[in-house]
Amino acid sequence: MAHVITIDRIRCDGYGMCAELLPEMIELDDWGYPILRAGPIPHQLVSHARRAVDVCPVLALRLRTAVPANARS
Amino acid sequence: MSKAAPRNTARVLAGPPPSAGTESLKDHRARLGPMPQVRHQEDAVALLEASGLLGRGGAGFPVGKKWRSVAGHASGNAVVVVNGAESEPASSKDRTLMVARPQLILDGAQLAATAVGADEIVVYVGVEHTRARAAMAHAIAERASERSARRPTPIHLVEAPLGYVAGEASAAVHYINARDARPTNKPPRISEVGVRGRPTLVQNVESLAHAALIARHGAEWFRSAGQGQTRGTAVITVSGSVTRPGVREIDLGTTIAEVAAYAGGAREGLQAVLLGGYFGAWSDLAETWDMPLDPVAMRARNLSFGSGVVSFLPADACGVSATARIMAFMAGESAKQCGPCLYGLRAIADATQRLAIGGGRYDDLVRLERWSGQIAGRGACGLPDGAVAFFQSALRVFSAEFRLHQAARRCSHPRAWAGVA
Ligand SMILES: Cc1cc2nc3c(=O)[nH]c(=O)nc-3n(C[C@H](O)[C@H](O)[C@H](O)COP(=O)(O)O)c2cc1C
Ligand code: SF4
Ligand code: SF4
Repeated sequence: MAHVITIDRIRCDGYGMCAELLPEMIELDDWGYPILRAGPIPHQLVSHARRAVDVCPVLALRLRTAVPANARS
Repeated sequence: MSKAAPRNTARVLAGPPPSAGTESLKDHRARLGPMPQVRHQEDAVALLEASGLLGRGGAGFPVGKKWRSVAGHASGNAVVVVNGAESEPASSKDRTLMVARPQLILDGAQLAATAVGADEIVVYVGVEHTRARAAMAHAIAERASERSARRPTPIHLVEAPLGYVAGEASAAVHYINARDARPTNKPPRISEVGVRGRPTLVQNVESLAHAALIARHGAEWFRSAGQGQTRGTAVITVSGSVTRPGVREIDLGTTIAEVAAYAGGAREGLQAVLLGGYFGAWSDLAETWDMPLDPVAMRARNLSFGSGVVSFLPADACGVSATARIMAFMAGESAKQCGPCLYGLRAIADATQRLAIGGGRYDDLVRLERWSGQIAGRGACGLPDGAVAFFQSALRVFSAEFRLHQAARRCSHPRAWAGVA
C-alpha cells in the first residue's frame, strides 16, 4: 500500500528535523519550513519516514496510507 | 476598439437602482412575487444543479454540487452561512447587493436551507460594511415580525471582523464558533463539521441572490443570459482608469473591452488589467482586450474570474509598484499560523518593495522567482496560494519592468499607481 506524508502547517514550527531524517522526500525552504516532494513514499524509505514523523517535536507530521481528499470549500 | 454595444442583462440588480437604497420586504414581494415553495430538498438541489450557477465568492465552485454535498452529510441539522464578509479590497459588489437587495439574498438563503436540510441561517457581514450590516439586520427583522403559516428558519446576524482571511469559509465558521477568525485545517471539512459541529454550507451573498431568482424563473431562464460557456449574469466591480468606475451587472462572456465601454470608457491609455481581485491575476491588455469574462474560458488561460474584480492599470503607471503595494497588503493579511505563508509572503513583499523603489539586491528577482514557486499548497488556507499566483502573474505581465528595476535600479514610469481601492 502506498504511503504519503501529510503535514499540519499550523502546527509545524520549522524545526527542520524531518528534513534531516528524510532528505529524499523533504527539503527546507529559506525559513526552515519543509517542502514535501509530491507523490507516494518509495517503499525503501517508509521506515525513514516513520522516524521523521516520530521525531517532529510538535507532532505536525503524519504518515497516511491513502491520499486524503484535499478539497476546499 | 469595442465593437458591439455592452451586453448587460439586469437580473439581481433589476428593479430600482442601488442608489435608491434598500428594497423593503413589501416592495420586494410586490416586484418579484413570493418565493415559490420548494418543499423537497431534492427539488431545490436539482434545480441549482440544472442552472449551472457557479459560486461568486471567488472559487467558482458549482452551487448545486455543493448543496448536494452538504445535504448528504446533514439530517435536518445543517447550518447555512450567508457570506457577506467581502474582505477583498478591490470588490464592492457584495455590499452593494446587501444594501440594495437584502430580501433577495435572504430568499436565496432560505432556499439553501431547504436544499441542505438546515434549521439555522447565519448572516456573516463584514464589520466595516456598516450600511450593508444595517440593511441585512433590518431585512431579518422585517421577516421576523411577519406572520406566516410555515415557521421560517431562524436567522442570526454575526459581524465578520476585519481582515482578508475572515471571509474564508473555515475562518468564518471558526469565528462564529469561537470568535477566532483564523482558518482551520481541512479535514475536517466544514460541509461535515462546521458551525457548532454541524454540517455547514458557506455561500456568497451574490450566489444566493441568483439562487432566489432561479427558484422563481427556473434554470432555463437563468441559462438564457450569458454569451459564452458559462451561463447567467454576474455582478462585477470595475475600478482603475475608467470614466465611471463602480458595480455593474454583466452577462458572463462580456469582453473586457465591453466592460471598459460599459464603465464609460478608458480615461487614458491602459496597459494591464487586474482580474479576480488581489487573489486573481494581472493580464496584459494587448492579449486580453477582447477576452470574454467567462470563468471557464478564463481558467483555460490561467486566469480566474474570482469575485468579479476588473481593475484597469493606466499605461504610464508602474506595474512593479502596484504589485508591491498589493503584496504588502497580502503579507499583512497572513493569519500568521503557517510558516511558509507568514515568512514567505513577507519576504516576497519586502523584496518587491525594494525593487520598486530602486533599492533591490542583485539577486532579488531570482529569489522572487524561486520563492513564488515554492509557497503554493503550504498553508492551511488558500491565502498564500492566491497571493503567489497573483505575484507570478505580475512577473509575467511586467517582466520587462521587473528586469529594468533589477538591472538599472529605476522605473520607466513617471508615476506610481493608486487605482485600486
Ligand atoms: C483568503 C480568502 C478570503 C475569502 N474571502 C471571502 C469573502 O470575503 N466573501 C466570500 O463570499 N468568499 C470569500 N472567500 C471564499 C470562501 O472561502 C467560500 O469559498 C465562499 O464564501 C463560498 O461561496 P460561493 O461558493 O458562493 O462562492 C475567501 C476565500 C479565501 C481563501
Ligand atoms: S520536524 Fe516538524 S516542526 Fe520541524 S519542520 Fe518538520 S514538520 Fe515542521
Ligand atoms: S495559510 Fe496564511 S492566512 Fe492561511 S491559515 Fe495559514 S497563516 Fe493563516
